[in-house]
Amino acid sequence: MPGSLILSTLLFAAAAFFLGRAAARPFGTGARSRPVYHGALLALWVALPGLAVTVAWALAQPALLDRLLLAGLPAGSVDAIGTGGRALVLAQIHALAEGRALPHLDAVIVEAGARLSRWREIGRLALFATVAATLLVSFLVARTRITPRLHARAAVERALTVGLVVCASVALLTTVALLVALLRETVEFFRLVPPAEFLFGTNWDPQVAFRSDQIAGTGAFGAASVFAGTLLVAAIAMAVAVPLGLLIAIHLVEYARPGTRAWAKPALEILAGVPTVAYFFAALLAVAPAIQHAGRALGLVVSPNSALAVGLVTGIMILPLVSSLADDALRAVPQDLRQASLAVGATRAETVLHVLLPAAMPGILGGVLLALSRAVGETMIVLMAAGLVATISLDPLGTTTTVTVQIATLLAVDAPFDDPRTLAAYALGLTLFVVTFGLNLLALRLVRRASRTDAS
Amino acid sequence: MARPSLLLAASTAEPSPPTKISAQGISAWYGPIRALENVCLEIPSNRVTALIGPSGCGKTTFLRCLNRLNDTIPGARVTGTIRLDGVDIMGQYIDVAELRTRVGMVFQKPNPFPKSVFENVAYGPRIHGLAHSRAELSVIVESALRHAGLWDEVKDRLASPGTALSGGQQQRLCIARAIATQPEVLLMDEPAAALDPIATSLIEALIDDLRESYTIVVVTHSMQQAARISQHTAFLDHGRLVEVGETTEIFSTPREKQTEDYITGKIG
Repeated sequence: MPGSLILSTLLFAAAAFFLGRAAARPFGTGARSRPVYHGALLALWVALPGLAVTVAWALAQPALLDRLLLAGLPAGSVDAIGTGGRALVLAQIHALAEGRALPHLDAVIVEAGARLSRWREIGRLALFATVAATLLVSFLVARTRITPRLHARAAVERALTVGLVVCASVALLTTVALLVALLRETVEFFRLVPPAEFLFGTNWDPQVAFRSDQIAGTGAFGAASVFAGTLLVAAIAMAVAVPLGLLIAIHLVEYARPGTRAWAKPALEILAGVPTVAYFFAALLAVAPAIQHAGRALGLVVSPNSALAVGLVTGIMILPLVSSLADDALRAVPQDLRQASLAVGATRAETVLHVLLPAAMPGILGGVLLALSRAVGETMIVLMAAGLVATISLDPLGTTTTVTVQIATLLAVDAPFDDPRTLAAYALGLTLFVVTFGLNLLALRLVRRASRTDAS
Repeated sequence: MARPSLLLAASTAEPSPPTKISAQGISAWYGPIRALENVCLEIPSNRVTALIGPSGCGKTTFLRCLNRLNDTIPGARVTGTIRLDGVDIMGQYIDVAELRTRVGMVFQKPNPFPKSVFENVAYGPRIHGLAHSRAELSVIVESALRHAGLWDEVKDRLASPGTALSGGQQQRLCIARAIATQPEVLLMDEPAAALDPIATSLIEALIDDLRESYTIVVVTHSMQQAARISQHTAFLDHGRLVEVGETTEIFSTPREKQTEDYITGKIG
């Protein structure tokens, strides 16, 4: 019903567009804007009030009806049970109104259900009538304003600008809302566990806090070891991705024939599109056992979910990010500089080393930092292939855990929402957010500086 | 009787210099497009040779043959023989990097590296290990900057970026960079095209000074400039060499009608 209402509004607006355009045609060259803008503006003037009424109605009606329903119930029949009871009663009434049969209900509630269903029908008709009236009135009012003197183009441009700003702020608001949500839970968590202990404590054992005979969370939420594991995995991943990615980029830009590059670069970027679950399989089923076997041959004890295996696979995953951005940065170095270097008798390798890499460095660093924040935030591979035991160790052959793994594990436990374990997940999330946000900010700044030097 | 005496007068005025570069039957293609067709040109030692001709006539292509810079362009192909001091430089086994230390180049648009003034000039000497200490390197850099007539303007800001200099200064910096490796030949591709008249006259004076130490080949759009700075002029059109000779002769008594038309501004 609301769908068909919106659809008819849009159809009506489309009709308004053609009518407006036709009305503006006779203005000829005397008009300030072309007929198409008159049409577009008329369509906007019709569609926007119509859609606004529909949306406002859809948001307001349920709350209004609920209030009316509760007011209609006999005094005392709900209040005795409290707020939870009120929600339950409302849910029962809604279920009845939607035609579901529920046994053992009060006659009052059955009657309320019937009332709700009736009100909804009335509401639907009223909405339809209101929207139709709005459309018609706004069309008639707007139609009188379609004159040659109307700045239709400027008005349409303004409307488009506002629309774009709204779209852009959706992304921004999401980030802000996310941050606020994380902050709220984190503050709650820090009431139970001091921040210093969380950040610098080395004892991570969230299971301890679950037992009711212990004081909640004391001494068990030192996340330093979790951070250490994350750093270890990220460091191994970077050790794989940065040199390899740079060499790939240098090869593609300076040495590969154009034909090779035409297929090699897209092929490499496919790596970025592989679902991380696939990497997790690679880590778990191929890389980790291979490292274990190799380690055994060398007389080393390698844990089946070693940080090395996880880091290697994560490194391969972020490889295209590094190579692709380094490729772009190297390619953006002006041809002039290449020629200048070659013309003084530098070889291609010397040119790459002394001229291209320094000139492209900001862009390359930007790519590296983006890759790093991706590696730090990666969940899937480490979640499955890494361990759960948090120890401060830089041994790449031992088991390890990371922030993302701990978040997933903590939230997977069926604990109440105000449990320190759930809250700890939020605190970890906030830490991760701050770190990756900082890295991204730095990366963007470097990339921007790189593009500035290109322009000069 | 008049002829021999004229010849005698010419030879006493300026003894015919030895040939530094000898290009024979040079043809060049960019993919399927032919840029040069059977060009034969002798470039005399320690003189300024100007290459003139309308846009797209192949001047720059020819210049870039002389230091094999066309090698770096995908799809470019050059045939023929070019001898530098009698040695063929077109061979497959020639060390191109070594060739380019002997044949330096200055480009149309000033292209200093995004490094300091000092590092720009020190780049070549460093790569080729010409200096064994920082002090030696400083001497080389100062000498190159002095030769390029830039020393007095930049001696107090050797550490500031080369890209922060003015256009004319940048171009002289590029000349300093090119001569810091002490090449024998200097190729210049319209070195003043991007500069204002004052900077241009500085560069022109510099080219005249450099002639003592280097063999110079200049591509230029400006006939006046060719007349001012060169002793030898070659006129190219549509990838062919139309006429070559002493600059004074080319500009006063061209043998070819085509050359005359171009010089007097009827074509081009």
